[in-house]
Amino acid sequence: MKVVGAVWNEVLGLFVDDGSLAAAILVLVGLVATLRGRGLIGPALGGGVLFGGLVVILLENVRRSSRR
Amino acid sequence: MLIHSLSAILSAFLASLVEVVEAFTIVLAVGVTHGWRPALAGTGVGLAALVALVAVLGPLLGAVPLAALQGVVGLLLLLFGMRWLRKAVLRAAGRIPLHDEAAEFARERRLLTGRPAFAAGAAAFQAVLLEGVEVVFIVVAVGAGRGLVGAASLGAAAAAALVVAAGLVLHKPLSVVPENTLKLIVGVMLSAFGTFWLGESVGLAWPATDFALLPMALGFLLAAIVGVRVAEVRG
Repeated sequence: MKVVGAVWNEVLGLFVDDGSLAAAILVLVGLVATLRGRGLIGPALGGGVLFGGLVVILLENVRRSSRR
Repeated sequence: MLIHSLSAILSAFLASLVEVVEAFTIVLAVGVTHGWRPALAGTGVGLAALVALVAVLGPLLGAVPLAALQGVVGLLLLLFGMRWLRKAVLRAAGRIPLHDEAAEFARERRLLTGRPAFAAGAAAFQAVLLEGVEVVFIVVAVGAGRGLVGAASLGAAAAAALVVAAGLVLHKPLSVVPENTLKLIVGVMLSAFGTFWLGESVGLAWPATDFALLPMALGFLLAAIVGVRVAEVRG
């Protein structure tokens, strides 16, 4: 059981280290998918929003983390 | 397609290099403190467990529709890649300490001293299994979206062969491997892969289709460089 727990923690830790980073990515992806699904943004603009949003999320997280 | 194949092989190779070096450090510590029998036994059982994992999960991938697979794998790659990128940026800026294989080796030797051989073997097993799970995920994730699991596996196998060969020659932890630089490069590549596939799965369009991976990776690299500067200034 101990090994199973360790493997589970390791798998979870693959994707979530700083919870706010993972949450921000999920919110952005959900937002872009919803806007695209409802036809509110075009495919090319959606791509730009996703990529640009990820860059902003990374830089904001790094800025905040370096103040801790 | 060629861009995807090369990117899959290279990212699987570099990411696996990082993981295999970490597992090797612990197996080496077991071998040095308790002899090679428990070290190799633990490694063998760990590898067998990984093969079983792949044998169980592998066929399931074929049953998932490609668009759904790209979406799930893209999201997981994005979370994984951005996590490595963030950590590599903070390490490069000196905000968190670099991973030190020599120190990890010394720590493992201290922990293993005085423990029975089977516990040392279990440590080797756990290291191989845990680091191996990461390698399996990376291989599946970078390969599944375009049917490139075989190519990605080649990259991972080459990394494992390189680490084992270097370990056999040197007989010491491979602390010269520039882990943080590798993590930064892999973080850039996996973030680009993840963004690309996730975007395709939700109906986004990328200019120049597959070739969009290159400027996207370059964009993440530039963001990482800016991030290092931001972290240094904020420090």
